[in-house]
Amino acid sequence: MADRWSAGVIPYAEMGYWEPDYVPKDTDILCAFRITPQDGVPPEEAGAAVAGESSTATWTVVWTDRLTAHEHYQAKCYKVEAVPGSPGQFIAWIAYDMDLFEEGSIANLTSSIIGNVFGFKALKALRLEDMRIPVAYIKTFAGPAHGIVMEREYLGKYGRPLIGATTKPKLGLSARNYGRVVYEALRGGLDFTKDDENINSQPFMRWRDRYLFCMEAVNRAQAETGEVKGHYLNVTAGTMEQMYERAEVATSLGSVIVMIDLTVGYTAIQSMSNWARKNSVILHLHRAGHGTYTRQKNHGVSFRVIAKWMRLAGVDHIHAGTVVGKLEGDPSMVAGFYDTLRLEHVAANPTNGIYFDQDWASMPGVMPVASGGIHAGQMHQLLHHLGEDVVLQFGGGTIGHPMGISAGAEANRVAVEAMIKARNEGRDYLAEGDDILKAAAKRNHALDVALATWGDISFNYASTDTSDVVATPTSV
Amino acid sequence: MRITQGTFSYLHDFSDDEITLQIQYCLDNDWPLSVEFTDDPHPRNTYWEMWGLPMFDLKDAAGVLMELNACRTAHPDHYVKLNAYDARLGRQTTALSFIVQRPQHEPGFRLERQEGADRSVRYTTHAYATERPVGERYARS
Repeated sequence: MADRWSAGVIPYAEMGYWEPDYVPKDTDILCAFRITPQDGVPPEEAGAAVAGESSTATWTVVWTDRLTAHEHYQAKCYKVEAVPGSPGQFIAWIAYDMDLFEEGSIANLTSSIIGNVFGFKALKALRLEDMRIPVAYIKTFAGPAHGIVMEREYLGKYGRPLIGATTKPKLGLSARNYGRVVYEALRGGLDFTKDDENINSQPFMRWRDRYLFCMEAVNRAQAETGEVKGHYLNVTAGTMEQMYERAEVATSLGSVIVMIDLTVGYTAIQSMSNWARKNSVILHLHRAGHGTYTRQKNHGVSFRVIAKWMRLAGVDHIHAGTVVGKLEGDPSMVAGFYDTLRLEHVAANPTNGIYFDQDWASMPGVMPVASGGIHAGQMHQLLHHLGEDVVLQFGGGTIGHPMGISAGAEANRVAVEAMIKARNEGRDYLAEGDDILKAAAKRNHALDVALATWGDISFNYASTDTSDVVATPTSV
Repeated sequence: MRITQGTFSYLHDFSDDEITLQIQYCLDNDWPLSVEFTDDPHPRNTYWEMWGLPMFDLKDAAGVLMELNACRTAHPDHYVKLNAYDARLGRQTTALSFIVQRPQHEPGFRLERQEGADRSVRYTTHAYATERPVGERYARS
């Protein structure tokens, strides 16, 4: 270290960013990065470079470091482990002092942690696998606008998954026709209907027209069933001012819920969370775009990290995978996402991709949403994999029902209630799922037709985002 | 019409044996049960009348069913529901809630619309039953 301050370029590891003896503090933010160093770059140096580039370092020695308590601000890579079965990949464990981050700002947190460093040339690829957020930093966020418990009490719905559907076709319906789908689906038995992520305010259907027709549909369905109903009105727009304007109209018409897309950005999400809490409106988040950086295992940001950030940012709902549907989702990975969203304490669990113990300090849970290629015939599997605090969304599986949308909704509702009844009665509902559904279908024609239409449909493709852990990683 | 509040409104009305199995599930989870009744089925009517206190110390399914049946006998023309409560930290809310008795005839709701400017509408859900005084709403003819 004698030449730490010599002008020029010295390895990051020798500048204090590699500290194998460092013991992380309870207040540190910890990260597990999957690194793929360029050939010839030792893993410790690559880990140190990630620590450096995501905290104080630049490519050369600067004397101005000496004007600071630089060791305090330097992130420290304290462990590097080879990934079993993936030659050339390593997990780098890095600790950041909490002082590096602004309170209550996902934008600031992510500008550091996933800022410049992801384009760093000394690495072929880099993936943020998981983060441990210390309780002290968690307490700078208010979390979900309402959370799972408040949502259930607000809606008066307990003891079963909520069910919904996304209005289809995604694009092209006029506002009046769109509202028809909403009305039929809600009166048939769904709790929620939903705008799709790309339904904002296009020439074929402007936002205010859609809101008016949808709220007529919601209120009619509510009067017809005596049950609280909701439609996720998507308020995503080009500017924050437009989003607030749309959200204000949604709440003035009595909507219990609005939605935004992940594409609006972290700061806009936090702003909308504050708005939603202030206006007693549930906030649904559609994870539009996440697959661009969450799906590939060697580069990007794991969805479990996005889930963590979104719980802090304060959404009430987030799409988090179906396991059995048409979209990416390895069962153990999805279990890790759901735990991260719902539990008070999440223990490190390599099989589920969870690298750190995480304490949420009583921050309310986020309701996960399962959407994409699911149907009533999978109800036992959905309940088994996803549990009770979840919104199951059957879009095609409602609207595509041969007897009509309302019958499709009814089939889904009967299936979910029948499965909960059987589970509570102590039956092995996963093994007996088909029989339970068939018995329920004898009393309900809509379910009978749904099972005949979709009973055999499944999407069996290998997942790309999977756990590497079979054995414990070996230290290098 | 048939109001569809509660966990199991899309299934058939449960027999006492089926209700007992649900009670047992709640007791096995350490969720105390309670019975509530009302003659105002509005979806925003949160506070139904309590049939006594929640049965915190009653761990016997037959005993819970006996209380439930006492309520049904005393209020044969009301809605009656059975609730289970989860008092665990982080939960502290209802865990299961389902209707176990309905009036013979459920007249349903009228949707009132107050038209405003710019095509906006203020909606109110009005239960026909509540047009009559408390206690006379579902009297049998």
